[in-house]
Amino acid sequence: MKLEELRGKLVYQGLLLGGAALLTSALLSFFSQATEADIKAAEAADLKQSLAQVLPGEYENDLLKDTVTLTGKKGEVLVYRGRRAGKVEAVVYQVIGNGYAGNIVCVMGVSREGKILGVRVISHKETPGLGDKIEPAKGDWIHSFEGKWLGEPAADKWAVKKDGGVFDQFAGATITPRGVVNAVKGGLEFFEGNKSALLDEAGGVK
Amino acid sequence: MNEKYARITKDGLWNNNVVFAQMLALCPLLAVTSSATNGLGMGLATTAVLLLSNIIVSSVRHLISPEVRIPVYIVLIATLVTLVDMSLNAWAHELYKVLGLFIALIVVNCAILGRAEAFASKNSVADAALDGLMMGVGFTLSLVVIGGVREIFGSGTLFANAHLLLGPAFAFLETTIVPQYKGFLLMILPPGGFMAVGLLLAAKRVIDRRHAERAEAAATVAAAS
Repeated sequence: MKLEELRGKLVYQGLLLGGAALLTSALLSFFSQATEADIKAAEAADLKQSLAQVLPGEYENDLLKDTVTLTGKKGEVLVYRGRRAGKVEAVVYQVIGNGYAGNIVCVMGVSREGKILGVRVISHKETPGLGDKIEPAKGDWIHSFEGKWLGEPAADKWAVKKDGGVFDQFAGATITPRGVVNAVKGGLEFFEGNKSALLDEAGGVK
Repeated sequence: MNEKYARITKDGLWNNNVVFAQMLALCPLLAVTSSATNGLGMGLATTAVLLLSNIIVSSVRHLISPEVRIPVYIVLIATLVTLVDMSLNAWAHELYKVLGLFIALIVVNCAILGRAEAFASKNSVADAALDGLMMGVGFTLSLVVIGGVREIFGSGTLFANAHLLLGPAFAFLETTIVPQYKGFLLMILPPGGFMAVGLLLAAKRVIDRRHAERAEAAATVAAAS
């Protein structure tokens, strides 16, 4: 009966709320610390895996540790670099295209010669069934960039077929591939514009 | 005693089903049931949280003042969801990538607060645990059925990508119902969710009414003889 009486008191209720908040936040902060290292490791492995998709082959260094940050047209770009025999052989960075429904975030790998090694879409909000053919799971389209560079096709052909270019559009979705093509073209221009810094030549950052 | 457990089970699975009888949790439901696999993932995560929250709420039910019960329940549920979210992220990262978005949605699932309030705060721990489990299983089944219907009509497959959620051992679940299906976008988009829920709800009502009519007829026959 004593508990019943106590439960009606304002002080008890305040203490109960405070106690519940205190206990749960203590639990959460403890748990957050316990899982932090594992979460970081899992995310790094994840990033490595997605980098490996656009950067086929073996590199001697840890891509995640050899990075350089440069200023592109749309703000800062974090570039991961893969080396062989001390030389930067390939770089990976993010490019963002304007899709039909918001940004399309892609990563692209570019070789030392400026050729595309691979492009992958990381996140997008395009219409399922129409625009989502840019995902490798739903179509081969994204592979059509491999081996291309700024001279092949020529600069004015870096567009979807509807705009006079060489890249396919999808039935019912032109804006999505157009956004990706423009983003990749912009990425290549960024590579050409920052070549020496990217390839760590002429005493670049090491 | 057994009769009580049978009733709790039946309530959770059919009579008082979260989706088809209480009409709760429709928001996360419409968002995730574009395929049967997504429905299953969301259902399982919700079941885990529902079971734990029912057990905890029931075991501290004598300590909680009725006046402040709602904030206490909400803090409890939000904590549980965050714990589940963090542990999946740390130790089952592949699963987390599939379910990540849905886990946070569980906090806004009013079914969990609803069970804490309507059942766990008034019943023993064992009863509350069974209720949480059965409500969760009922919810999972509803999500899988709705997701399955939308997936079959929308993309002609069933349980696509199940191996991402359950591991490679469950790849056999992935079936293509209609080969070379062009897809029916409406069913994948949210309006298709409303349609599927509406039609399935109507079907459940029809079954329930048939059942009641048959029981009534049996009762009249019994009374007449």
